[in-house]
Amino acid sequence: MKSVLRVPLIFAAISCLAFAFSGMSLSFVANEVITRFVRDGVMVMALIIPIRAGMGVNFSIVVGALCAQVGLILVLDFGLSGLTGLFAMVAIGLSLSLVMGIAIGICLNRVKNREMITTIIIGFVATAIYQLIFMVGYGTVIRPTNQEMMLSRGIGIRNMVDLEMFRGLLDRLWLVKLGSVEIPIFMVLAVLGFGLVIKYLNLTRLGKAFAVVGQSFEKAQALGLDPDMIRIKALVLSTLIACLGHLFYILNIGMLNVYTAHMNTDIFSCAALFAGGATLARAKVRHAMLGIVLFHSLFIVSPQAGQNVFGNPALGEYFRSFVAYGTIAFAIVLNAGTEKKLV
Amino acid sequence: MKHLGVQIPQAVIIVFLAVMTGAAVWLEIPLTWIFSDALVRLAMNGVLVLSLVPMLKAGVGINFGLPIGVVAGLIGMCVSINFGFKGIGGLALAMTFSLPSALALGAGYGAILNRVKGKEEITATFLGFSFVPLMNFFWTVAPFSNPAMLWPIGGKGLRPVIGLKKFFAKSLNDLWLVDIAGVRVPVGFLLFFLLLCILLALFFRTRTGRAMTAVGESEAFARLAGIRIPRIRILAVILSTIIAALGICVYAQSYGFLELYDAPLMMAFPAASAILVGGSMGRHTRMPHVILGTFLFQTTYLISGPIANELMLPEVAEIFRLMITNAIILYALLYEGGKTK
Repeated sequence: MKSVLRVPLIFAAISCLAFAFSGMSLSFVANEVITRFVRDGVMVMALIIPIRAGMGVNFSIVVGALCAQVGLILVLDFGLSGLTGLFAMVAIGLSLSLVMGIAIGICLNRVKNREMITTIIIGFVATAIYQLIFMVGYGTVIRPTNQEMMLSRGIGIRNMVDLEMFRGLLDRLWLVKLGSVEIPIFMVLAVLGFGLVIKYLNLTRLGKAFAVVGQSFEKAQALGLDPDMIRIKALVLSTLIACLGHLFYILNIGMLNVYTAHMNTDIFSCAALFAGGATLARAKVRHAMLGIVLFHSLFIVSPQAGQNVFGNPALGEYFRSFVAYGTIAFAIVLNAGTEKKLV
Repeated sequence: MKHLGVQIPQAVIIVFLAVMTGAAVWLEIPLTWIFSDALVRLAMNGVLVLSLVPMLKAGVGINFGLPIGVVAGLIGMCVSINFGFKGIGGLALAMTFSLPSALALGAGYGAILNRVKGKEEITATFLGFSFVPLMNFFWTVAPFSNPAMLWPIGGKGLRPVIGLKKFFAKSLNDLWLVDIAGVRVPVGFLLFFLLLCILLALFFRTRTGRAMTAVGESEAFARLAGIRIPRIRILAVILSTIIAALGICVYAQSYGFLELYDAPLMMAFPAASAILVGGSMGRHTRMPHVILGTFLFQTTYLISGPIANELMLPEVAEIFRLMITNAIILYALLYEGGKTK
């Protein structure tokens, strides 16, 4: 139990230290953390199910994010707005994620024990295909109906697409002010609700099946389960949640950075999950919740702390990229070590 | 089946290359220029690709932690530049200076990879990724003093891009440059690359080299033969790291610029892709794979640029490169994964 708490405690200690040096006000940091919690919370939870199913971290949640962006761009292209547009983009995103999830699941069944590196590469390939479609395909092969979002040369979508018609649709619902801290109760509840759904899912038949497959294939087969099928299901669910999570993210920001918004979602989500105390063998909703808060507090305060301590904000930036990548490396090394001891 | 699988990426690349060469002829891009540059790019990137071989042979997997070796090379070059060494001697000294850090980093990196057997590739990826921002601290605070490499304003911290023109840029490129029917052949540069390939091939004929191959082929067998597996694996990683350090020195002198900070972050992927195009499948990697793979892969990189510019879509080249690079790695992973089951 102690070792489970070690990583979150280290994160908390560094965050507090960096916060003390940054000289930022507590209410500013709190506001930022709440915003990040709403933005990134669901995405982090997309990682939980594949870890339970023994597939490691699903870095291809990037694909789910891309599906969300495709849904959004199509909705804008057809000029839908308001709740109709919202439903349309969710529908398009989810159906695309379903197909992608199945495809990735089938791929991962071929590469057992090497899933993580494969999902990273799948994310890169998907990014390239996505860029090809929207930077080159649009305006050449695909005829856009909404000319406003195109680049002036007529080929490719603009880098930045404004989401005026969706801004503030949900994220300013039930806004409560505590002093100078603003809490968008509806969105916070939505993220927490998502956590509860996943917690519930883990208690169902399917959730138990994930856990059994994660423990051992033989056991699953003895129980009459088809491990390959269950792994595909785990990946489909993960991709669907990632798609929804990315919609949360984009709609909260209020504009879409067409070619870069999805980048690093996998790294940051994964680092946040591990910061919360998850391991490659055990990931729970509470790890995700705790992790987002800890990881993002560090993220918010470290550039300013770097500026104040070393007189160079870049050092804080380097520090936070190091923390993001380093946490993941550390978690993998640590876990692979314990795995060997068990065998 | 095995031969078919090996040939698919090669076939795709060759068809792609043929189509692009056709397009280049149609767009009146001079072929002699393309061929000259293709030879330069072969030697320029070849050493980095070569650096993957020891780890592949020893069964440690694709060296996605290539940035670690690259950083060691960058340190060596920075030291050499700081002293203001010039010409081919400066390059040789840069390579020498990078050896101690490559040795130390490789040993640490290898020790970590020994802890994570079976998950080397993902661990290596993130070790590489996290090492780059860590080194960014070093580049910012390192006590280098040559003004040519520091920020012009403030004079503290290294520049992200250091011009090598006054130091050892093109010193290997221009060695014994021969003009054959309009094609400029960098004989010295190619010989250097071939020499490294031959040296590595000879290394695998030695006792230690054979032990390394044995570990890659079957650990159980190697253990019975009395080979100390962890030691040999660390040695393979050190060797990979050292060659990677030499590789970036070669690359930088050819490119003419020394790129620090985040530049090494994604360098592992094109190199991995090149060796896979060459027909390397895990443990069965030979020098012709390195040479053929680098040539095919880098030539597609090379031709796609001017063609995309002619078609007025400069971004297409970069997207195509990204797609080809990663699609090849993905194909290899899927193909190999199916085999081990």
